[in-house]
Amino acid sequence: MSFWEFANPARFMRLSGRILPWLVALAVLSLGGGLIWGFFLTPDADQFGSTVKIIYIHVPSAFLAINIYFMMFVTSLIWLIRRHHVSALAAKAAAPIGAAMTLVALVTGALWGQPMWGTWWVWDPRLTSFLIMFVFYLGYLALWAAIEEPDKAADLTSILALVGSLFAVLSRYAVNFWNQGLHQGASLSMDAEENVSDVFWQPLVLSIIGFFALFLVLLLIGTRTEIRSRRLRAMLMQEAN
Amino acid sequence: MRALLLRDLRLALRSGGGAGLGLAFFLIVVMLIPFGIGPDTALLARVAPGVLWVAALLACLLSLDRLFQADAEDGSLDIIALSPLPLEGAVLIKALAHWMTTGLPLIVAAPVLGITLNLPSGGYGWLIASLAAGTPALSALGAFAASLTVGLRRGGLLLSLLVLPLYIPTLIFGARCASVAANGQDALPAFLILAGLSLGTLALAPFAAAAALRSQLR
Amino acid sequence: MAGLSFVLAAGKPVLLRGPNGVGKSTLLRALAGLVPCTGKVEIGNVALGDEDWAEQLAYAGHLDAIKPQLSVAENLGFWAGLYGGDAGAALAVFELEPLAGRLAGDCSAGQKRRIGLARLALAKRHLWLLDEPSTALDAAATALLAKHITAHCAAGGMALIATHTDLPLDAETLTLAPPSAKTADPFLEGAFV
Repeated sequence: MSFWEFANPARFMRLSGRILPWLVALAVLSLGGGLIWGFFLTPDADQFGSTVKIIYIHVPSAFLAINIYFMMFVTSLIWLIRRHHVSALAAKAAAPIGAAMTLVALVTGALWGQPMWGTWWVWDPRLTSFLIMFVFYLGYLALWAAIEEPDKAADLTSILALVGSLFAVLSRYAVNFWNQGLHQGASLSMDAEENVSDVFWQPLVLSIIGFFALFLVLLLIGTRTEIRSRRLRAMLMQEAN
Repeated sequence: MRALLLRDLRLALRSGGGAGLGLAFFLIVVMLIPFGIGPDTALLARVAPGVLWVAALLACLLSLDRLFQADAEDGSLDIIALSPLPLEGAVLIKALAHWMTTGLPLIVAAPVLGITLNLPSGGYGWLIASLAAGTPALSALGAFAASLTVGLRRGGLLLSLLVLPLYIPTLIFGARCASVAANGQDALPAFLILAGLSLGTLALAPFAAAAALRSQLR
Repeated sequence: MAGLSFVLAAGKPVLLRGPNGVGKSTLLRALAGLVPCTGKVEIGNVALGDEDWAEQLAYAGHLDAIKPQLSVAENLGFWAGLYGGDAGAALAVFELEPLAGRLAGDCSAGQKRRIGLARLALAKRHLWLLDEPSTALDAAATALLAKHITAHCAAGGMALIATHTDLPLDAETLTLAPPSAKTADPFLEGAFV
């Protein structure tokens, strides 16, 4: 059975319905396990104090925020080339999750930085790039909401996702350039985790898996809802004829 | 191609306002800055390049939502799409017409307004150069965003939300070029990146916009 | 729309008829290449989807595509610039010379229609796709329109004209009927859990 057979809405519904309960279990176990382990069962780091524990939320959410955008790029491309409805609806369902993840990354980033740097926000390249990405997500969501005809909405939002992805990458470099010349205190760096020992690393991995599973659960539920909504629309239109 | 350019220029000039509206908006926004941050000339001189760039960028937004709207409403877009002129070329021409009626006046007005903000003397040349290199990209990206919002009721607001993040790289390099020059340093590196960015945008935006317009025509 | 298959011959125009909403306008736009469709459409060696498909046809839809701020002559001059052809001659075809200097926005609905139709006279195209061309036209203008459609077809052209009214034309008729079977929608297939 080829991967493209998932493109059929009915088949997608059947398959997603079957794996969803397992995914929910995986999400609850790994996310719950990772967070509890990370927050309560690891020692406080000497240098950073207990606030560093926030990386168990910050790192996975940031990781997902970027990867969801990439996923939207791919699914948008698939819609434009092969016109598989499930692909377009998956992108539509992923966007709010991505936006939420970006927001979580921004807030936890600020929370992490505040005790150390004394301010709630710094225009450090990473945070700034995430802020720009958040605005991209908002624009994408707004465009979906503004256009009534579903196929046209899928087309236009897909083109936006492609162009937006290109500009998100461009912005990353531009923001780095922009930040170079400014004198700042040490900027908030996620490289901190590279120096982190295994004790912290393992629950982090579990957290990341948990967030990823959470994303899949929410994605499948969201896509299923979109598919049902399209079916409803098709049925109503047919009745009208 | 010339026919479309001439037509769009004529329409812009005849539809009351034309170039004047963007220019007036530019003036007003720049005027608001001292009211907002105080008349301290040293402070104004520091922010002048960035402020002028942001104000120019916002002024460019004004006429964007009408770029394809009128043609879509009266059926002209169909006729343009069916003509021997490729749709990508039509988008580029419309962006050019937008630039000539909006961007170009801004480039001329910016140094004049720079005087009111105490822009240091070294900054004028590169301010003009950076705007000249950057505003075409603003028109091209604006045309792309306009192609997405054709026919929407509150299209102008959504268009702003869509296009402003796309403007960020151009703004960063353009304002940087002008600022660095105002401080007496070498603005060439930033300018070259800006120019490259603009050229790339001019090359790619028409394709994205034409794809969106084809979807709109269905 | 499904199951459509026909041959359009040169020499005689074809009237496209059918109830409201059946898809006459959509068919014309699909043939023009503005709306995507599956299936094959060909004029001689050129098929729908080829680069030069649009050069085979001239399309006049519901909307006149006129810019009210430009004069009649300027509107036609613009189309001539896009498509080639002689704007002056096109003006003459639909007897628009007296209006040449007037702003298109000041013209009556019937005059605007004639201006839009004058675009057809600009460049020689094989296929004319006309959507309700006689709307707002008086008897004299309708006769003028019919005369030019007939001349176009007699010279070897084809014309497909969607219309509700009777045109003074010696024409074939193609009638579209509402679809009997439900059209396939991928969201309606199968049972959802």
